[in-house]
Amino acid sequence: MTTATTGAAAAKAAGRAKPATMAQALQRAMRDAMAEDPTVHVMGEDVGTLGGVFRVTDGLAKEFGEDRCTDTPLAEAGILGTAVGMAMYGLRPVVEMQFDAFAYPAFEQLVSHVAKMRNRTRGAMPMPMVIRVPYGGGIGGVEHHSDSSEIYYMATPGLHVVTPATVEDAYGLLRAAIASDDPVVFLEPKRLYWSKSDWSPEAPARVEPIGKAVVRRPGTSATLITYGPSLPVCLEAAEAATAEGWDLEVVDLRSLVPFDDETVAASVRRTGRAVVVHESGGFAGPGAEIAARVTERCFHHLEAPVLRVAGFDIPYPPPMLERHHLPGVDRILDAVARLQWEAGN
Amino acid sequence: MQQRSSTVQEPLAETAHRPTPPPAWRPRTDPAPLLPDAEPLRVLGTDAVADADPALLRRLYAELVRGRRYNAQATALTKQGRLAVYPSTTGQEACEIGAALALEERDWLFPSYRDTLAAVARGLDPVQALTLLRGDWHTGYDPREHRVAPLCTPLATQLPHAVGLAHAARLKGDDVVALAMVGDGGTSEGDFHEALNFAAVWQAPVVFFVQNNGFAISVPLAKQTAAPSLAHKAVGYGMPGRLVDGNDAVAVHQVLTEAVTRARRGGGPTLVEAITYRIDAHTNADDATRYRADGEVEAWRAHDPVLLLERELTARGLLDDEGRRAAAEAAETMAAQLRERMNADPVLAPMDLFTHVYAEQTAQLREQAAQLRAELEAEGESR
Repeated sequence: MTTATTGAAAAKAAGRAKPATMAQALQRAMRDAMAEDPTVHVMGEDVGTLGGVFRVTDGLAKEFGEDRCTDTPLAEAGILGTAVGMAMYGLRPVVEMQFDAFAYPAFEQLVSHVAKMRNRTRGAMPMPMVIRVPYGGGIGGVEHHSDSSEIYYMATPGLHVVTPATVEDAYGLLRAAIASDDPVVFLEPKRLYWSKSDWSPEAPARVEPIGKAVVRRPGTSATLITYGPSLPVCLEAAEAATAEGWDLEVVDLRSLVPFDDETVAASVRRTGRAVVVHESGGFAGPGAEIAARVTERCFHHLEAPVLRVAGFDIPYPPPMLERHHLPGVDRILDAVARLQWEAGN
Repeated sequence: MQQRSSTVQEPLAETAHRPTPPPAWRPRTDPAPLLPDAEPLRVLGTDAVADADPALLRRLYAELVRGRRYNAQATALTKQGRLAVYPSTTGQEACEIGAALALEERDWLFPSYRDTLAAVARGLDPVQALTLLRGDWHTGYDPREHRVAPLCTPLATQLPHAVGLAHAARLKGDDVVALAMVGDGGTSEGDFHEALNFAAVWQAPVVFFVQNNGFAISVPLAKQTAAPSLAHKAVGYGMPGRLVDGNDAVAVHQVLTEAVTRARRGGGPTLVEAITYRIDAHTNADDATRYRADGEVEAWRAHDPVLLLERELTARGLLDDEGRRAAAEAAETMAAQLRERMNADPVLAPMDLFTHVYAEQTAQLREQAAQLRAELEAEGESR
């Protein structure tokens, strides 16, 4: 026995969790779901032998066989279309789309069949499947590797749209998504794949219900409403804001569809001010819907218009310019500063 | 161009580099056995009819007559406003019936929007099959009851579903075959390509059945493809292509039965192209005189699937006046029942709009349902 393994075993025995990454938590979620339920099948490009380009499916083909974790031909419509047929026969496919912008060929299958099958068959033929999509920027990816595609999915009735921002949620939400009897578009913030937490794969947190937002940082001055890749940025902004005397609350939506109006509205009613933060473009982006919903529900509690800090309304920029595009701490604080403080408290 | 004749060929030294094929290359499937026959397979009018089971021939005839009457009745229902639209298969009945009868009960049929007749021939209630086309709910039946997938409007998108279902069945160890129907126009769609490719790679037990009826609405096949035939496309995927006279019900049934049997035994997928013709316009809303000549239609009327079978059976003493009358009467009874049932207005519940979007209604949909309920109540009060 080597010293290294002895050390690891001792650490395990002492109950000290080794920091896990979001990618590892996602892998563990699929592995546990596959072990529990033989109808769960993972499929996609490079998910088998390679373990996925982000290694999120690492080891699954080896453990469960290539029939349960399948390298498919390189054709996204075909992947999703065959997954529909598999779900019709009682399987629970977990489909990986390699990158946000590579998922577009599958759009017709998603919109015309995956999202509508339950409704068009009057409930006779549900579509229990998960479509995992690595999304968002900040990884220096060349063209077509950094899109924020969530708004397309949000605009399609029949889909759930879920996105984790923490290692714990990555596990819990993916387990919930796989267990769901409805199709879930599971958006994985790819720049958080290697974010770490003391999360223990041996004792995973309880499975979070889909559709519940969570307050990540309580505050009193204003609410930052965000999700996925922008959560760490908002938390950083909230810390920086204390220097300005602002105590910001940060709400992590976790689920874009269904939308947790209750948690969001309760927070904004408490603080009286709100900024929505996301990488996706602002025009007709998720923030437009969120700002409208907040305004409709919290109008008399608002001290200022709901503002949006979003990506610019441009095609995703080249990596060397992406820092100017992505919402950062300064841009968030600038927005907070514009929340009409002089007029109110 | 470089003049090569001037260079002097030196004999290669023992140690000289000798080109070899690329290292990764190795011979793949031999294409020859996959190629379709030079001409569409025909049984009617050939000696092969003698080998056919007379009971099957009579059944095919009865179903064809019923199918023809079903097409006429459904078309009439559009004129009476009882159907919003009807894409007819008049002239294509041999394909529709042949497909339905080639399958076992445990198998699955994946119809396009034009294939309600195949679904009905498989046992589906005609009113349920026509639910979509009368403006009622999109799928009027539980697909699992007769193993008929929902009628599929977006072209060729049902083909990968058939592949996935067949693949799933095989993984489970069930000897289930899926038969997917598509038109000549649908073969231009990307989903056609992807479905055939997945099916061949996975060796899925699926049969792709193309009804080449000459036109995609108004566009003739020549503007759709430059392939030698649609059946030839199979070769590129590594599966056999079969070509059949789509108006010869016995030939269609035979080719599809062979393909289904092959798939069931683990032989993998087959692409079948049936040469047929859409006698009616694309739908009742289309005007076919704008894109095709009367003479062409008349030539196909002489090659009518019901006539071809009727003449053959009569000549062989398998069908007499009594048999013809019985088939016609059965068809008429079906039509009368269909007419009567379609004359009753369906009752749709507006609140059902929200029932099946998700397994569990979201808070947003609960709010919207409450809004509609209030509107309906106000409507009721104002009456």
